[in-house]
Amino acid sequence: MKIDAFDVIVIGAGHAGCEASLACARLGFKTLVLTINLDKVALMPCNPAIGGVGKTQLVLELDAMGGQMGKTANEAAIQVRMLNRSKGPAVRALRAQIDKKGYESAMKRTLENTENLTLRQGTVDRILVDNGRIQGVSIESGVTFYSESVIVAAGTFLRGRIILGSSEYHAGRMGEYPSMYLTDSILKAGLVMDRFQTATPPRIDKRTIDFSKMAVQPGEDIPASFSFWNSDKIFPNIPSYLTYTNDKTHELIRNNISLSPIKSGMVTTHGPRHCPSIDRKVINYENKSRHPVFIEPEGKYSNESYLQGLTTSMPAFFQQLIVNTVVGLENARIMRPGYAVEYDYLLPNQLKHSLECKTVANLFFAGQVNGTSGYEEAAAQGFIAGVNTALKLSGKEPLILKRSNSYIGVLIDDLINKELSEPYRMYTSRSEYRLSLRPENADLRLSFFGYSAGLLKEEQYSKVLDKNLQIENLLHDLSKKVINANDETNKYLAKLGSSPVENSTTIYKLLQRPEIKFSALVKTFPDILGISISDSKVLEQVETYIKYKGYIDRELIGIKKLENVENIAIDINFDYFKINGITFEAREKLSRIKPETLGQASRIAGISPADISILMVAIKQG
Amino acid sequence: MNMINNDTICAIGTRTGESAIGIVRLSGNDAIKISEKIFISNNGKPIKEMASYTMAYGYVIDERKEIVDQVIISVMKSPKSYTREDIVEINCHGGIIATKKVMNLCISNGARLSDPGEFTRRAFINGRIDLTQAEAVIEIIRAKTEQSLKIAANNIKGNIKNKLENQRKELLEILIELEASIDFIEEDLEIAPYEDLEKRVQIVYKEIKELVNDEKKGELVKNGIKVAIVGKPNVGKSSLLNAISKKEKAIVTHIPGTTRDAIEEIIYLEGIPVIFIDTAGIRKAKNLIEKIGVKNSLRFIEEAEIPVIVIDASAPLDKYDEEILIKVNLNKAIICFNKIDIANVINKNDFKKKFGENIIVEISAKKGIGIKELEGKIIKKMGSENDFDIQDKIIINIRHKRILVEVISCLKNSIKAMKNKMSEEFPSADLKLAYNLIGEITGESATDEIINGIFEKFCIGK
Ligand SMILES: Nc1nc2c(ncn2[C@@H]2O[C@H](COP(=O)(O)OP(=O)(O)OP(=O)(O)O)[C@@H](O)[C@H]2O)c(=O)[nH]1
Ligand SMILES: [Mg+2]
Repeated sequence: MKIDAFDVIVIGAGHAGCEASLACARLGFKTLVLTINLDKVALMPCNPAIGGVGKTQLVLELDAMGGQMGKTANEAAIQVRMLNRSKGPAVRALRAQIDKKGYESAMKRTLENTENLTLRQGTVDRILVDNGRIQGVSIESGVTFYSESVIVAAGTFLRGRIILGSSEYHAGRMGEYPSMYLTDSILKAGLVMDRFQTATPPRIDKRTIDFSKMAVQPGEDIPASFSFWNSDKIFPNIPSYLTYTNDKTHELIRNNISLSPIKSGMVTTHGPRHCPSIDRKVINYENKSRHPVFIEPEGKYSNESYLQGLTTSMPAFFQQLIVNTVVGLENARIMRPGYAVEYDYLLPNQLKHSLECKTVANLFFAGQVNGTSGYEEAAAQGFIAGVNTALKLSGKEPLILKRSNSYIGVLIDDLINKELSEPYRMYTSRSEYRLSLRPENADLRLSFFGYSAGLLKEEQYSKVLDKNLQIENLLHDLSKKVINANDETNKYLAKLGSSPVENSTTIYKLLQRPEIKFSALVKTFPDILGISISDSKVLEQVETYIKYKGYIDRELIGIKKLENVENIAIDINFDYFKINGITFEAREKLSRIKPETLGQASRIAGISPADISILMVAIKQG
Repeated sequence: MNMINNDTICAIGTRTGESAIGIVRLSGNDAIKISEKIFISNNGKPIKEMASYTMAYGYVIDERKEIVDQVIISVMKSPKSYTREDIVEINCHGGIIATKKVMNLCISNGARLSDPGEFTRRAFINGRIDLTQAEAVIEIIRAKTEQSLKIAANNIKGNIKNKLENQRKELLEILIELEASIDFIEEDLEIAPYEDLEKRVQIVYKEIKELVNDEKKGELVKNGIKVAIVGKPNVGKSSLLNAISKKEKAIVTHIPGTTRDAIEEIIYLEGIPVIFIDTAGIRKAKNLIEKIGVKNSLRFIEEAEIPVIVIDASAPLDKYDEEILIKVNLNKAIICFNKIDIANVINKNDFKKKFGENIIVEISAKKGIGIKELEGKIIKKMGSENDFDIQDKIIINIRHKRILVEVISCLKNSIKAMKNKMSEEFPSADLKLAYNLIGEITGESATDEIINGIFEKFCIGK
């Protein structure tokens, strides 16, 4: 029974599903979002925070192209801090504590008020595939929805299994229904899945914490923003607190280690190494006498407090004992215990860089279901899947970001080419071009793509172009503006611990000195500069460019080299077994991964430069 | 990765049928500019004024304006050339050594040593040759690349490889600290102090610099040409090694079976490192240790680019000599008649008829007779253009050295950044480059080593 037809159906309303559906709907496509529980839209099931090193880059990139996460984070942040402040601009990163309920309701409101977007509760049991192309989905109540394309953003829900102490049961997250049948349907479509695991700490009642025994960790009252389209503001500042585990904690765990699901064999799948459980830490780091525990607020109006560092899926009664060994938590009461969840994820090498399945047309996958970890990673994929669905339905070329222009490009390229052994998380060290892919230039790097796709308005894009122009003009001016080698100048330089100038010199040259800060220089010599720059962001960009030009230029050379091969496309149906001269192993790998470009092929482990030479010849043959 | 670039590449090529002439071929935007810098034409005409497909006689000179070789230069201008780029060919007359020097000059003037098959690749991409042609050429390159890789791997076994592997490991350790301090700033990790890390980079820098500079000490050159001295016991193999190296390193006695473990000595012949290996005498071994020695000797015969067979000319040929002559690939070998100072009972003419004039030398290791002649024969073999093994090896040497020079400059940059108290991501950028470059030599490349290292080293997960 064909009751309703949509252009796009998004399965899941988590961070990936929200971005995906918003992108499609905003681009004019009739979009249906199906979620198991309408009260859980954009839920943050683990830590109440957005951003951090590597992750902020993702949020800002997403935002630069017209994504939602940054704006909603601005609405819901209740404490912000600048990480890596003492380091260079490329690795500095904003991190915010988020009011979870605030974030959920702001995001849900956005979805509900977006034209073309329909939110509906329902558990998808089946995807309908016909002739290698997606047709729609059907939900548990038997209703079928037809659509031109489907985006699977099912998070941890596919055959989700919760482990808590010695008990285990099926659930998507604690207290939520799992999605038990969709996996079968995906497998039937010829796709391959595997299982990952992740876990979260207990939450405790704020009123039962003795904060006087802990160090307060306030945020910073600095103007900041997670979005290029909102102006900077000072955020609320609800503090976090820091305490530590101790010998008592570790002894308790050690003496009862058999209760740990790691030991009992209840959890055998791979979890993320970046958040090991406290039981694992105690086993692995016998000599560490303490581990930090950060107490983070879960929301403005909630007493629930998140215990960063005490992740565990040991039995609930035992979690209570563990918590009470910690200084300041002697009387703390658990409101909900920590737990582990194990789930099916799609081996992401079955996707193209557009996040469309290689084998099923118009079926896209995004988010944790692709084996990633983190809200930001999920949102970034959701956005790309959404935009590409829309582009495909409009008959346009997909939006493929590159390693050389974005962390999102790195994320997707890694997902497709690497073999994951744990949920994938972004680190700045994953990027070869870290010094160029800075958070604050994400708009300059990427807003063009958002604009061409239709997600940025004319005035937004022209704002970016204008900024770019200002930067270029200023760079030009500074290389012309000369400062005289007089006493005044040299006195000023001496004050900054900088060596005196003997001849008149350009401001550009002066700014190359690490100790000379642009903002201070502008204040001291307003006349000499004779340029009025209203936008401090422009100053920042220019200063970064001048100070680190050598480094940035060297990365550019690397990027140019890469792009030459990156631009050679390989047909998806290319028969690698037809070419002579490359090893069997290489043929097999290439056939499996089906690289889209020669550049991608060259990044696959086990493919040699000689293989690439031969492949290039064969490709040119067509 | 040097894929398609229009930077200028160079390589040594040879033209079939014209032995003894080595060609250094340059292709790319700066081919003419670079050759201009090192070439002095007899008629005084600059290369850029030469018409396409013409030649000019002249000299190649080095930085000190000294003449390196007398050459003929030919120019093929874009787009009517093999690669459709500007091509300059420098035809050298001074054999492989001069050719090598000319290539090095091109490199130090801005050309890049080409990747295997890069000329053909450029020709193909620029539409100069069609697929079947390209495929044929690439097949050959492919075969050759694999051979070179094998040689490269064999060559850098031992000392140099160990050293580089250790330096690479140390760089990894340093990178782990730097990267952990960036990506895991929220964890309270005990990162090594910046000054300590700087000191550690300094040490790596010094050691790699030594590797490159200390060619005389025979570090880098472990990957020279191998010459194995083989023969039955007591024929004077160890004496020959001592004579040629002018040292008394190998023990010489009148007792057959003296040498049990191979001894190596490096000698420079026309600037090319040659490793002479004195081996255990080959005969029916009397005990286990000797058996191992003999087994190794047989392996050396296989591995060496040039086996030198020593025969005692003062005694008649016996079945052991003959067995060895059978085992050795006589296309590669040189035969030495030793002890000619006492007697010369072997009929050389028989030999000459059988194996050709060229491969026989008469010597006395003890009295130092005929050693120069032997060296001459070895040099000639190294220069022979049919011997791909040897030519590849020389080029691999250059490639390695070039990579290490780049590594050194990266390390220097990162030390400077650390000295200037620039934050971790800056020195890290150069250290990563250095780390990957060394991996190109040692043949290791693993993607997630740094992240994995961080998880192994630190307690992550607050
Ligand atoms: N007269 C003369 N005696 C030589 C000459 N070369 C070597 N001998 C002598 O031959 C004997 C054996 O020399 P070695 O150099 O030890 O011979 P080897 O081939 O290394 O012998 P093993 O190590 O036992 O296999 C010694 O007594 C040398 O002095 C030579 O050119 N003339
Ligand atoms: Mg001996």
